[in-house]
Amino acid sequence: MDTITVTIDGQQVEVDQQATLLDAANKLDIEIPTLCYHPDLTLHGSCRICVVEDAESGNLLASCATPVTDGMKIKTASDKVITARKMNLELLLSDHPNDCMTCEADGACELQELVYEYGVTEPSFGLMEEQKFEVKNENPFIEFDQNKCILCGKCVRVDNEVQCSGAIDFTERGFQSKVGVPFDQDLGADHSSCVFCGQCVEMCPTGALTYKPAKGLGREYELESVQTTCPYCGVGCQIELKVKDNKIVKVGSVYQEDSPNPIGETCVKGRFAYDFVDHPERLTKPLIKKDGEFEEASWDEALDYVADKLTTITEEDGGEAVAALTSARCTNEENYLLQKFMRGVVGTNSIDHCARL
Amino acid sequence: MAGLAASFGSGAMTNSIGEVEKADTIFVTGSNTTEAHPVIASKMKKAVKNGTNLIVADPRNIGLTEAADIAVTQKPGTDIALLNGLMHVIIKEELYAEEYVEERTENFADLKEAVKEYTPEKVEEITGVAAEDVIEMARTYASVDRAAIYYAMGITQHKSGTANVFAIANLAMLTGNVGKEGTGVNPLRGQNNVQGACDLGGLPNVYPGYQSVEEPELKEKFENAWGVDELSAEAGLTVVEMINKAADGELRGLYVMGENPVLSDPDQQHVEEALEAVEFLVVQDIFLTETAEFADVVLPAACFAEKDGTFTNSERRVQFVNKAVDAPGEAMTDWQIFCELAKRMGYEMDYSSAAEIMAEIAEVTPIYGGISYDRLEDEELQWPCTDQDDPGTKFLHQGEFAHGKGIFHPVEHIAPVEAADDEYSYIMMTGRMLYHFHGGSMTRRSAAVDQHEPDAYVEINVEDAKELGIEDGDRVKVASRRGEVETYARIGSIVKPGEVFMPFHYAESPANRLTNAELDPIAKIPEYKVSAVKVEKV
Amino acid sequence: MEQSIYRSHILICGGTGCVSSGCKEVRSSLEDELARHDLEDEIKVLETGCHGFCEKGPLIIVYPESVFYCELKPENMEKLVEEHILKGKIVEEFLYQEPVTNESVRSYKDIDFYKKQERNALANCGHIDPEEIEEYIATGGYQAIGKALTEMTPQEVIDEVKDSGLRGRGGGGFPAGLKWQFASEAEGDKKYVICNADEGDPGAFMDRSLLEGDPHRIIEGMVIAAYAIGADEGYVYVRAEYPLAIKRLRIAIEEAEEYGLLGDNLFGTDFNFDLHIKEGAGAFVCGEETALMASIEGKRGMPRPRPPFPAQKGLWGKPSNINNVETYANVPDVIQDGAETYKQVGTEGSTGTKVFALTGKINNTGLAEVPMGITMREIIYDIGGGINDGKEFKAVQIGGPSGGCLPEDKLDLTIDYDSLLEVGAMMGSGGLVVMDEDTCMVDVSRFFLDFTQSESCGKCTPCRVGTKQMLDILERITTGEGQEGDIELLEELAENIKSTSLCGLGQTAPNPVLSTLRYFRDEYEAHIYEQNCPAGACEELLGAYVIDGEACVGCTACTDACPVDAISGEAKEEHQIDEDACIACGACVEKCPVDAITQ
Repeated sequence: MDTITVTIDGQQVEVDQQATLLDAANKLDIEIPTLCYHPDLTLHGSCRICVVEDAESGNLLASCATPVTDGMKIKTASDKVITARKMNLELLLSDHPNDCMTCEADGACELQELVYEYGVTEPSFGLMEEQKFEVKNENPFIEFDQNKCILCGKCVRVDNEVQCSGAIDFTERGFQSKVGVPFDQDLGADHSSCVFCGQCVEMCPTGALTYKPAKGLGREYELESVQTTCPYCGVGCQIELKVKDNKIVKVGSVYQEDSPNPIGETCVKGRFAYDFVDHPERLTKPLIKKDGEFEEASWDEALDYVADKLTTITEEDGGEAVAALTSARCTNEENYLLQKFMRGVVGTNSIDHCARL
Repeated sequence: MAGLAASFGSGAMTNSIGEVEKADTIFVTGSNTTEAHPVIASKMKKAVKNGTNLIVADPRNIGLTEAADIAVTQKPGTDIALLNGLMHVIIKEELYAEEYVEERTENFADLKEAVKEYTPEKVEEITGVAAEDVIEMARTYASVDRAAIYYAMGITQHKSGTANVFAIANLAMLTGNVGKEGTGVNPLRGQNNVQGACDLGGLPNVYPGYQSVEEPELKEKFENAWGVDELSAEAGLTVVEMINKAADGELRGLYVMGENPVLSDPDQQHVEEALEAVEFLVVQDIFLTETAEFADVVLPAACFAEKDGTFTNSERRVQFVNKAVDAPGEAMTDWQIFCELAKRMGYEMDYSSAAEIMAEIAEVTPIYGGISYDRLEDEELQWPCTDQDDPGTKFLHQGEFAHGKGIFHPVEHIAPVEAADDEYSYIMMTGRMLYHFHGGSMTRRSAAVDQHEPDAYVEINVEDAKELGIEDGDRVKVASRRGEVETYARIGSIVKPGEVFMPFHYAESPANRLTNAELDPIAKIPEYKVSAVKVEKV
Repeated sequence: MEQSIYRSHILICGGTGCVSSGCKEVRSSLEDELARHDLEDEIKVLETGCHGFCEKGPLIIVYPESVFYCELKPENMEKLVEEHILKGKIVEEFLYQEPVTNESVRSYKDIDFYKKQERNALANCGHIDPEEIEEYIATGGYQAIGKALTEMTPQEVIDEVKDSGLRGRGGGGFPAGLKWQFASEAEGDKKYVICNADEGDPGAFMDRSLLEGDPHRIIEGMVIAAYAIGADEGYVYVRAEYPLAIKRLRIAIEEAEEYGLLGDNLFGTDFNFDLHIKEGAGAFVCGEETALMASIEGKRGMPRPRPPFPAQKGLWGKPSNINNVETYANVPDVIQDGAETYKQVGTEGSTGTKVFALTGKINNTGLAEVPMGITMREIIYDIGGGINDGKEFKAVQIGGPSGGCLPEDKLDLTIDYDSLLEVGAMMGSGGLVVMDEDTCMVDVSRFFLDFTQSESCGKCTPCRVGTKQMLDILERITTGEGQEGDIELLEELAENIKSTSLCGLGQTAPNPVLSTLRYFRDEYEAHIYEQNCPAGACEELLGAYVIDGEACVGCTACTDACPVDAISGEAKEEHQIDEDACIACGACVEKCPVDAITQ
């Protein structure tokens, strides 16, 4: 493919013809702030935060939406650019609650970050005085506070383009525009096609969409993230367990090219069914049944008992008198070891699992 | 599995999940994809938005039918007739891949003969699918460059399960849709590591990597690798056989790791009797499951979030599981438990990490030969991956089938074991729902999902409900020849009149108390999808 | 031809303006009268599209004498038939009277409203029956298609349009030929032509009148465009609020299909073209081309970033050419008469004519087609008949909500695309709203901002929130709450909205504010600093009314008129107004016979 040379803040860079100004800047590690842009979603171009200046004409261009043309000269931090970004931030702030202190997204809010970075300390247009919308949170999964929405449309796009459930879309016009749900009901209500995959929450740059079960359990910056494979169906989605104090607080998306779920897809189970992990009914000690009742035992006691019993049976009736069920939910390594144990130590090929079920 | 292995020489999903969007036509049958494999269903819907044709054939009006170009609801247990009908039309209209059939397959003449009598009209009679829909399905599937079939338990959980899979494989080979990107025969795995459990020898007839236990050379190889004198040369028992033998008192010891046969196996009462009868039952699990209640010893295990290891997904991709939190109390990982146990039985199993176990797996398992933790750090690997330089395999059977030529196995329609009669006048199917999983031990203990879907239910068609005097939300009794359960009625039009559906995740209303343990003769899969039941208001 | 059978033809204007002033009733009364005199076989009544002079509707023209009657009522028909049709005597009282000279005018051609017009696009409007394809063909219609298809290559068609200098009549004035060239060069096996008939500017009805009065002309223009760019399918996107236009267009499409002017193998060539109507729900933003295409696709009408331009990726991702109704209406003349002839009218940079919708405080409201280069003064005073009620001219708003307000010293500006941009306005689709001395310019910009704010699609930040902030400030100013710094803040906001909005709607939304700030800044300042509305229009800024006790004659007329009983006083005695209760509606002032009430 033919390449094009553009100059950004005085540095030349060669990019392919299809590239946008944002791509070109990224290549130079020049940071341009964005709110509505996401590489996996269709181009929206609505937040107007990523504007840059065309040095020749002085025009402001949305860098996410403007293709490069040969010889273009771009300024990403001119006064004009900064003024425009700042004013658009002020405009967003004028229509946004000022409750960062208690907001679930505090510390992970892209609007908060930019407002701070651009020093919007005294917004020209004041702050939102009264809530425009009632918060929707009757379902157990997602809290939807339309007041905090900046209409970047990432949720709408991921819902319609990736999850394809068509649960949310833009409604109303002008200042009353919002991301709407059918009949203004809660997500998941009678007429809602929401399936609680949570991808909208992952995409939301503010606190408009948040996970209900994670509420109050930890600020994003306190959480440790561990990538792993979802424990449910056979798709093998990559997910991110977010942990605080040895407790899974929420499940985040992993955006990894060439994985089974490259755009962070998951379903409601992968996203929300994690609290069995620290459920009070988890087994914490070996149990041995004595006189029909389980009694707690030490590992040594339990393992010795199992070893003795298996040894006795095999000695008396051969390995064939014992069988094992391996698990479709244990790891490859564990399945391997169980069959090795049964075949090599106990002496039976009677190993199966519920693949057929 | 067995069906696919016989047809192609390998039983896994032939193509990759990412290829869903590359198909020109997607044919989904026996898979309620939006509920059981939602992420794949989304990819299918996305493909449809970009112009892919979608055919759905399922006895129920499942969620995916909304996105489908053609959706048909065949009667339960009539898949072979439908598939044979499609092949009949394809051959008659010369839509099949002549060159491919010629070069890459065997036994075409027999297939042609077998499907000859399955005219669209006859198929309509058996399946209830209109003749013109059969023709249109055939054309939509066969007239494109890339057509992919996705199926799940709706195909396999029948007495004719293996034959059903043969029919699917026949259809794909007939149209040249095996061995090419965006095509294939793709069984969707219901549990995250079913594939891995099969791959690593969790089957009675094969060692890891589908190496037959009855092959002396292979037996010797494993004896040497494991340092043991004599391995058994006979295939072992399958799940249902184990249960039967246990019930008969012929099996003395049963070791269960992370499974809950009381809920997941057919004919629950029979399973319970078996577990009661077995002399020594060890259950290694994270909860005191319905099965563990019967155990003599229960060993507390770590769950997925508490250990390192790998899972192999439906598309043969080996992926990491990473430890995020500590296991509760004294719970140990399953692999550490086996090391300890083996030691106590006089066999040294000494691994310091899961990675070490994988290194051993790679040595003895050719299809995993090139897989290592080092590579997995930054590579996506799908087996077969035979050595360090092998980038893995996105789709199988390119250029050649695993055992040379693809073999057509002509099959005939076989009626399900049970049919509706005067007493048991409804056909019950079982399956999954979006919000719960398998035996429910995980999802029923996850507050949000269980709060959203707390109650078991049986889906009943509006017309039947009217006749039975049942309203939405009523308590009802569902009974089969094997038992009865109480549950809530969910009235709608997802199931057709004369048919009902129950999810099997609820211990309080266990659907498998009603199901039939009648097995597919080859794959030994029970006929979960067709049980005759009666329904009445409580 | 059919026409020769009749002794006389009566053309009755059936445009939407005349429908609302009662032409349907006039027509049925006329037909009754003709029937009563057994004249049906001698006299043919024809309903035409808009004749343009909506102010004076319902209108009738009687041929062959070409007598123009206006402001007719059903009860006038008896006399008209008896006098004119039976006796051949022109009925003076129904003729148009020039407002200044009070002279009656017999032929519409002699009326000032028509004299300075150059009716090309509107040539047939008001003169043919738009529901009869034969009538369009009889005026030379569909010859241009024949010429294009049989004598010209697509590129020659494009070159002719380029040579003609025809520019888009819908907004920005982009050269039509160039747009066609891009669409023609774009690669694609499927292409579309789209006609934007989503006329959304308040007070604009050029496109509606064209569709109602001469739908075949639009079809012909679109077929030519389709041939030029290689499209085989087209859409007319017309707002559902135009039922008559839709009905006539639908009839026209059916007729054209019957006559082989739409469909396959037109004029025996291998060129095929099908045309569909898509009804819009009347969102202003759907006039923006990318939003319009989204709407045709069944999506929410929301603009998307350009590029890619519609010519590259348009409807359903295929290369598409989109022009508005009036642009397509010019195409048949360009092809039939040639670019050279077409260019004779207008200026060098803006060729041809432009249709304007005259509204506001002007005597002759209606539709006027004038050559480019005419002055504003000629339009307002010669064609429009000046300001009504003898008031003073104050400003003219041109270009709709995206345009600007021009003051008196711009009256001699010649109108073309570029001169308008220079003075802070734009051609837009051709709405002309005339304002008199009683109009408050701050209130005018508030009105337009209110419009664009509520019509914003809500997608981009500056348009969704910025216009709301501008509107809030303007509301503040017009209610006496203006603060120091408001003007500067308006200017900053305007600059930001102009330079960072996603689509044309946002980028031009501040124009009414910017142009009024440019020409009427003193009015803003008076509102803010003196709490005074110089035009006397902003009610909250007007003081309470007081009665001059000396002048009051105690007639009680004011007491009766006051809707809130704020005036007290005995008959024949001095009256008083309760300042707190007074809502300054001015009803009393109008009733006072001695002008004793002032503010």
